[in-house]
Amino acid sequence: MAFTNDEVLAGLSELITDETGIDGSAVALEKSFTDDLDIDSISMMTIVVNAEEKFGVTIPDDEVKNLKTVGDAVNFIVAGQA
Amino acid sequence: MTATLKQATGPQFTRILSFGAARGENAVPNDDLIGPIDSSDEWIRQRTGIITRARAVKETDAIDLATIAAAEAIEKAGVAASEVDLVIVATISNPKQSPSVSAIVADRVGSNPAAAYDVNAACAGYAYAIAQADALIRAGAARYALVIGTEKLSDVVDPADRSISFLLGDGAGAALIGPSETPGIAPAVWGSDGSKADAVGMNGTLTQFRDGEVPWPTLRQEGPTVFRWAVWEMAKVAREALDVAGIEAADLAAFIPHQANMRIIDEFAKQLKLPETTVIARDIETTGNTSAASIPLASHRLMAEHPELSGGLALQIGFGAGLVFAAQVVVLP
Repeated sequence: MAFTNDEVLAGLSELITDETGIDGSAVALEKSFTDDLDIDSISMMTIVVNAEEKFGVTIPDDEVKNLKTVGDAVNFIVAGQA
Repeated sequence: MTATLKQATGPQFTRILSFGAARGENAVPNDDLIGPIDSSDEWIRQRTGIITRARAVKETDAIDLATIAAAEAIEKAGVAASEVDLVIVATISNPKQSPSVSAIVADRVGSNPAAAYDVNAACAGYAYAIAQADALIRAGAARYALVIGTEKLSDVVDPADRSISFLLGDGAGAALIGPSETPGIAPAVWGSDGSKADAVGMNGTLTQFRDGEVPWPTLRQEGPTVFRWAVWEMAKVAREALDVAGIEAADLAAFIPHQANMRIIDEFAKQLKLPETTVIARDIETTGNTSAASIPLASHRLMAEHPELSGGLALQIGFGAGLVFAAQVVVLP
């Protein structure tokens, strides 16, 4: 069963909180991982790997640098679900 | 009638008898490096866990560091230097390709004419060399082997590089391997993935430098790519190393991963679900990342700070440029 945009956003928010301690309410589609949420490249990779497992998708290394905002990640994950 | 050849056989088991260590003379704090990379002490600590890294003075080279570490290992083992008949040096930073570091070190420590060769397996080099020493002794090709990881990485750093240079340190660690009554070195899980050769390594060749096409070649890495591989792929390798050793994570007295980055070490430990009783080597904090030298340096320090670990099981795993990796469980001396 495919995850909806809202479900992916909620799940991603949990992963971000687990990794960084950022309050889930601060995670929104338009937020930039680096500029708004202050997530560094190592934490980003940890979130990516956990998101792959949680949503059953593959996010290649080359794609990670294109995921600037939370919305970019949600869109990629939703589209990537087979 | 055809004559029958003799083939060698060796002892059934081997173990690490002792460790030796040498670090670069200077403890270089983050504040000394932050200018050219527009960074801060806090930024480096948060991303790497490094407070200071050991760096050698101009007059000290990787051969000098290796000699000091090797001499200590020989002395601690109580084996005569002349009985050492194999010297394997893991290194990627000796600026003179030939002759080998190993032949010179063998001579300097009194083990001439031991068989001697260098291994280029980057941060996995020490674990590769331990696997080789174990196999060669059990095959009867050698009796006592010196395994040394030595690096002077400060010769191949770019002060303006934000990917890896500020992590790197200089040092050498040595282990003396010999025959044992009981199993002391479990099978290695080792391998490579050359499809990721560009993820970490030198950013130019000596011929390009000679021809004025590139500046002095230095190390670079794709940090996030290496991080993902180093934690999640290497966690699988580490679990496999436990399997082939016939033990579980709960049996480990110590975990001694390549000291690449404290964040890798922490995430790695989490993935392996190590019990709280397992002591984790964190030598990187004050030594930095010393590539092939990092596991034996961390082992040496661990034994100095926790002598009660003697006789316990340690999982060691190296991973780096190639990409290459090697993991094995050993009994601590």
